[in-house]
Amino acid sequence: MPKTLYDKIWDDHLVHEDSDGTALLYVDRHLVHEVTSPQAFEGLRIQGRQVRKPKLTLAVPDHNVPTTDRSKGISDKQSKIQVDTLRNNCKEFGINLFDVNDKRQGIVHIIGPEQGFTQPGTVIVCGDSHTATHGAFGSLAFGIGTSEVEHVLATQTLIQKKSKNFRVNINGRLPAGVTSKDVILKIIGTIGTAGGTGYVIEFAGEVIRNLSVEQRMTICNMTIEAGARAGLIAPDDKTIEYFKDRPMSPKGENWIKAIAHWKKLFSDSDAKFDKEINIDAKDIEPLVTWGTSPQDVSPITGEVPDPEKEKDKDRRTAMYRSLEYMGLKPKMKISDIKVDKIFIGSCTNGRIEDLRLAAKLLKGKKIASDVSAMVVPGSGLVKKQAEEEGIDKVFKNAGFEWREPGCSMCLGMNEDQLSSKERCASTSNRNFEGRQGRGGRTHLVSPGMAVAAAIKGYLADVREIN
Amino acid sequence: MEKFIKLKSIPAHIPLMNIDTDMIIPKQFLKTIKRTGLGKSLFYEMRYDESGKLISEFILNNDPYSKSKILLAGKNFGCGSSREHAPWALLDFGIRCVISPSFADIFYNNCFNNGILPIIIDEKLIQELSEYSKRKEEIEVNLTEQMILYGNKKLTFDIEPAKKKRLLEGLDNIGLSLKKIPNIEKFENSMNKTKPWI
Repeated sequence: MPKTLYDKIWDDHLVHEDSDGTALLYVDRHLVHEVTSPQAFEGLRIQGRQVRKPKLTLAVPDHNVPTTDRSKGISDKQSKIQVDTLRNNCKEFGINLFDVNDKRQGIVHIIGPEQGFTQPGTVIVCGDSHTATHGAFGSLAFGIGTSEVEHVLATQTLIQKKSKNFRVNINGRLPAGVTSKDVILKIIGTIGTAGGTGYVIEFAGEVIRNLSVEQRMTICNMTIEAGARAGLIAPDDKTIEYFKDRPMSPKGENWIKAIAHWKKLFSDSDAKFDKEINIDAKDIEPLVTWGTSPQDVSPITGEVPDPEKEKDKDRRTAMYRSLEYMGLKPKMKISDIKVDKIFIGSCTNGRIEDLRLAAKLLKGKKIASDVSAMVVPGSGLVKKQAEEEGIDKVFKNAGFEWREPGCSMCLGMNEDQLSSKERCASTSNRNFEGRQGRGGRTHLVSPGMAVAAAIKGYLADVREIN
Repeated sequence: MEKFIKLKSIPAHIPLMNIDTDMIIPKQFLKTIKRTGLGKSLFYEMRYDESGKLISEFILNNDPYSKSKILLAGKNFGCGSSREHAPWALLDFGIRCVISPSFADIFYNNCFNNGILPIIIDEKLIQELSEYSKRKEEIEVNLTEQMILYGNKKLTFDIEPAKKKRLLEGLDNIGLSLKKIPNIEKFENSMNKTKPWI
């Protein structure tokens, strides 16, 4: 029977299946961070349980570490307790940890691939919804709750029901100034934040094939914003090239064997999808979000929508609430929206290619005088690489702050937050109420669009920056 | 985990769609290393003003809703992050059943690991139930019968049998899966041969 990529990975990890389809799925790779793991380790201790395969778990603190100088430790008491707790738990249970001052420390979804811990065809989980990121390499990767983290630690498996298959084809070629961030915002804007609920989405088509693996990560990263369990992209030569010689990649004979396996990871040409949509690349423009849901997207050339034109009553109510929270009026031009802050970073757009793209646009320019801007590299190694290329200087000369790696203002668990009514052009993934700080107003954009906004002081069109 | 069999309560209705996990429990409360104590921070930014005072218009700040065990909400409840702090906060507040036209996937699964019953019913039926919220009348949720009883009416809801059993019996998933260790070992042995690089 023809199979989708998802079917293949699923079948390959099935330990046991009950008659009602409840399955026990093997987990090859487990990522752990400080916020969603303490209660899981505590649960193991209370029950006197062990970690079944400590080597298949990798831990890193990222969510609430400060991004300023941290050589003297973490001043926030509660954050310090969580980071210390992670360290102690890893020591007690024999888990590999990249600690705060390790040069490999960074956002969990950036360091996994960077180290070659992430691999095609594997099942990868983490107590974080953006685990979907790893799907860009053809691994079935999804976020789990803390009880499930405990389950994985104890059994190296997870109880799962199979999702349905959904394929999104992006055909043609991307217009100038349009990046993979715009592609995923377009998809979410098209299918809605619950459009993927119950599905695993495979992204395919000419556009996807032409993207670099890092750009593909941005797309899979935000699959969760469309409600899907996971996002998937079939591995190809670019994927194999990416993993060559990474610290945790297979070596020698195993490398040859792994490649042979990875090359079988694609949806069969006659495989059946429960749902399929096509998007033409030429219909995608540089996008921004105007509201408090990632589906609230508009082209930068557009205007804030008028809720009165919305037929669905609940949606209309939600739009009014969003506009009030965001301090926007219907029909105002998107490019008339003035910004206070710029954030470049996160597991969505904190990789070296993102920083390169932003720096290329920014070189020799200054940010607007009334804007403050920061760059938070996704990992210590991304930061190092950027510094070797002089990218940090481009940012600093333009007026950006150059920070230490972590999740930072994407969710504002550390000090990096918006104040009430402060408006931010952010390369992160969620524009929920209060996400970046109570009362803070988030507009999701690509790194290039973040640079455009930084220079102009307003949401601006990246195509007008040269 | 506490069993869920049946529950009677005046429901609280929050008529919003896309209630996300950041709304349910904002990030500053994720710094805990415990599962308990989050109830007072549930819906924090809707419940308290910037000086920390209760906002009187918010439903859960008013009796009898401050004691509601059942929450009615708009579609796509629990979207956003995987934080289990969201169901922990609901549970700690006293809510053991959330009724919505649809749920986000991770949140839905997290409920079952905490003895919370998420019920999916049609939007129109939510409207009917919301009248009971307004009138401060109790409704009853019966998991065994898969039924919601309100006034002299009743409606039935769907739930996967395995998930139902878990709630009814308050089962420990890990304990159950550990019984399958022979299957897991067999799988690992075979994987060591076919995929030695893992």
